Amino acid sequence: MHRFANPTRFFRISNAILPVAAAGFAVLTVLGLYYGLIASPADYQQGDTVRIMYIHVPAAYMAVMIYAVIAGASASVLIWKHPLAEITARAAAPVGLAFTFLCLATGSLWGKPMWGTWWVWDARLTSVLILFFLYIGYMTLANAFDEPGRASKPAAILALVGVVNLPIIKFSVDWWNTLHQPAALIRLDGPTIAPEMLTPLFLMMGSFTCFFILVLGLRMRSEYAAARLRNAMSRGVTTPDGVPNGPVGREPAA
Amino acid sequence: MIRAMRAVFMRDLRLVFRQGADLALALAFFLIAASLFPLGVGPSPETLAIVASGVVWVLSLLSVMLSLDRLFQSDYDDGALELMAMTATPMALLVLAKASAHWVTTGLPLTLLAPVIAMMLNLPADGLLALVLGLLLGTPAMSLIGAIGAALVLGARRASLLTALLVLPLYIPVLIFGVSAVDAAVAGLPWRPYMLILAAISMASIPLAPWAAGAAVRSAFQ
Repeated sequence: MHRFANPTRFFRISNAILPVAAAGFAVLTVLGLYYGLIASPADYQQGDTVRIMYIHVPAAYMAVMIYAVIAGASASVLIWKHPLAEITARAAAPVGLAFTFLCLATGSLWGKPMWGTWWVWDARLTSVLILFFLYIGYMTLANAFDEPGRASKPAAILALVGVVNLPIIKFSVDWWNTLHQPAALIRLDGPTIAPEMLTPLFLMMGSFTCFFILVLGLRMRSEYAAARLRNAMSRGVTTPDGVPNGPVGREPAA
Repeated sequence: MIRAMRAVFMRDLRLVFRQGADLALALAFFLIAASLFPLGVGPSPETLAIVASGVVWVLSLLSVMLSLDRLFQSDYDDGALELMAMTATPMALLVLAKASAHWVTTGLPLTLLAPVIAMMLNLPADGLLALVLGLLLGTPAMSLIGAIGAALVLGARRASLLTALLVLPLYIPVLIFGVSAVDAAVAGLPWRPYMLILAAISMASIPLAPWAAGAAVRSAFQ
């Protein structure tokens, strides 16, 4: 597992993955938008507003999945002190925050015509809002320390504490019978959505996942570069602009 | 280990009682903030009766939160916490002792003061028992979960503000079930299930929260 911490290998692997993720994102988004906006029927009750689902549901799935990624990475920060894990968690957090916001915003836009209100304090909405706060808390705590590296353990512990919220989000619609509809996708007796609507839904989920991998890869590379620059600066090798201060050691292949 | 826990527990109690101001501050905040509500939402008894349960619960949440910095921060500043972290006793047990002392000096007094404030806010009498029992079962969870937040921010910039950001989202479940219990009792519905959930949250916090908070305290000394 620690072999992936080697910077050269990390950059080689990410160089291989990033184009695939970018291509997958482009293709799946185009297909997903075509199926979502043109080739799928409008709902018999909701009309065209049902198409909000093709953004809302994948965004919700990403919000939860990215938090799980952060929690998994945080666990490996605490257990194995894996050098890439902290970078992964830090790089993923703003993306997760953005998807959580997208999920809440599209849900609100969907709620207004369907439920007649922008927001209700139902269990699902509240637990996703808590997820939003957890992302903010995680990001704030991860940047709250002056000493570099000092934040990694507290932030990881916070991320793991927040995991209790994930099952609450998933099962909130089963435990409390409120306005948000119950699970329709992941259930024992199979999805309860029409197949024509499932196609764009899965395409958009794939597209969002590719987007996440792409952005995560790019952010990890820049975090990595920033960490190296910080190191170089603290050793007095470069100025803050990255200009070498006199003789420099050999740069590792990157 | 038990002796070390008892020593830490008694020490924290003595510190609070000898200073006095710490204990009084949380209660004074509770009282003053509660007296703002009749001025803010209007003094009509019907309005107050509707918001009373929520106001009392939210204010006790905030009072507990405001007193959290006393849990670790002063010991962190004067080095006592580092000495505790160096002893053979697991930090989680010492955190449990400190959180218990915090509950005795914050959660318990707040629970005792709550019915008085609830009556000032015109909470129907049917809800009083649910309020007091709910606070009694819910405040231990608040002290324990708060200990995680207070331990995480040790050494951080603007620590007390950060504690609020970290801890308040985690308090939401306690708040929801606490207020639901009072509302159910006022409406004449069974409120025992909410008590059981509050007790379950506190019971689950007793082993889990000190574990996380202990790890956070240790990470502050590396």
